[in-house]
Amino acid sequence: MGSTDLRDMPDTLVRAAPALDVVGVSHSYGSRLALDDVSFRVPQGSFTALLGPNGAGKSTLFSLITRLYNTQKGGISILGRSLAEKPGEALRRLGVVFQARTLDLDLSIRQNLAYHAALHGLSAKVARTRTAQILEGSDLADRLGDKARTLSGGQLRRVEIVRAFMHSPRLILLDEPTVGLDIGSRAEIVAEVRRLVRQEGVSVLWATHLIDEIEESDRVVVLHHGKVLAEGTVADIVEEQGASTVRDAFASLTGLVRLDAAPEFVP
Amino acid sequence: MSAITERAEAADDGPAGFTFAQYWICFAGIVWREGLRFLHQRERFVSALVRPLLWLFIFAAGFRQVLGVSIVAPYQTYILYEVYITPGLIGMIQLFNGMQSSLSMVYDRETGSMKTLLVSPLPRWFLLVSKLLAGVAVSIVQVYVFFAIAWFWEVRPPAIGYLTVLPALILSGLMLGALGMLLSSLVHQLENFAGVMNFVIFPMYFASSALYPLWRILESSPALYKLCQANPFTHAVELVRFALYGQVNWMALGIVFGCTVLFLGGAILAYDPARGLIGRKRQ
Repeated sequence: MGSTDLRDMPDTLVRAAPALDVVGVSHSYGSRLALDDVSFRVPQGSFTALLGPNGAGKSTLFSLITRLYNTQKGGISILGRSLAEKPGEALRRLGVVFQARTLDLDLSIRQNLAYHAALHGLSAKVARTRTAQILEGSDLADRLGDKARTLSGGQLRRVEIVRAFMHSPRLILLDEPTVGLDIGSRAEIVAEVRRLVRQEGVSVLWATHLIDEIEESDRVVVLHHGKVLAEGTVADIVEEQGASTVRDAFASLTGLVRLDAAPEFVP
Repeated sequence: MSAITERAEAADDGPAGFTFAQYWICFAGIVWREGLRFLHQRERFVSALVRPLLWLFIFAAGFRQVLGVSIVAPYQTYILYEVYITPGLIGMIQLFNGMQSSLSMVYDRETGSMKTLLVSPLPRWFLLVSKLLAGVAVSIVQVYVFFAIAWFWEVRPPAIGYLTVLPALILSGLMLGALGMLLSSLVHQLENFAGVMNFVIFPMYFASSALYPLWRILESSPALYKLCQANPFTHAVELVRFALYGQVNWMALGIVFGCTVLFLGGAILAYDPARGLIGRKRQ
């Protein structure tokens, strides 16, 4: 595992163990190889975009990081805690926004948040305090008593993002959180996440196939056909590819002009 | 524990492990959510009650004269057919509730909300057992409402029976809920769940002692009698029947307990990401 190099590090560096360390991960569905020896890191405090077209393996990777599936080959650590050895310790430091909606539409927003808090062992009182903290200044604060089904798609997504922050995680995973939303809602989501990241000081892995969601200061991992093609800052990747923009760099790496036009990967 | 993990933990101030209070909060949260869902689905509550009441009010009245019931344990005298089938109807409530819970797990998995539960940092077996107990709690509420209505229909077991039946209801509810949970891990699409109705619920219910004593079935077909004896639902019904009269049917208790362990163990294995069936199929 790549995290083994931590053995020789002094404590000060161990403190800076990556928020997420994915080392040599491969995963198959039957004979179909979805991830092939994937390795990358999300440094603490970074906003890392996992950039890849549909079918690149992003959702599979998220299912492995959240331990919905066990890793078939390779290892994953969250803040130095191996997901295989200490899943509880790793998962308690992780907040997730899945691609599919996961709110209970029959419950109010407050009830959805309280349920999530309970699943992490947080009392109703702590949940109320956290809700107030996270939603301070947000228009969602006025809708806590409303049933989830009365919210728009963008608002539902924002509630899911708030929910992911409820148990004060150190790493947030977002699996294409803006899919299916209009441009205005997408901008709101991106702004909401970046606001919360600043406020809470967490690390982020943001899976997307939309290049315009990436900022200059972000780190990028390019995933294509189940393989990592590039990893680094936006500037590094653009420079390495001799391109002028991330879009050009991506096109150079993958041969794709548009991310959403990628063909289904069949090895 | 590896050296890496130890080093990283030393460098991170976060707490290790979970306290009893955290387990309790998580359990209470799962029960609370299941209760809320049940309250929000009023039609589910009504249909859960109407089904056994129809059997009690109409079927039992119609068949009272046709299906004579001789004195069988735990009864010490001749009883009305309505009295005989009451434990079977309680079993029906718990059977349908167990399957309803598993149906909702399939639905939750399809809609993605199951992921919310499964990515909780608490152990997965604990989450599944909590969800199971939450479903049992809901089924017991339904059973006691049924008891209250049946009392006006002159189905009146001894007063102490309402108390002594509770442990039996918990155990039978656990067995049927665990079976439902195991089935939910095998059924990957909501549409396939109709098959569960035809191949699990109806055979389990009709090939049991819920509607007629097994000696009557033995008179008709020895093979069917053996099938009914092998049916765990028969033993759940008998466990409840005896408990309702302050008695313990030890064989039924042993079989229901064993089946609960078996079904629950299977469900936990099936939902285990390391060995389970869930991870082998793409969702």
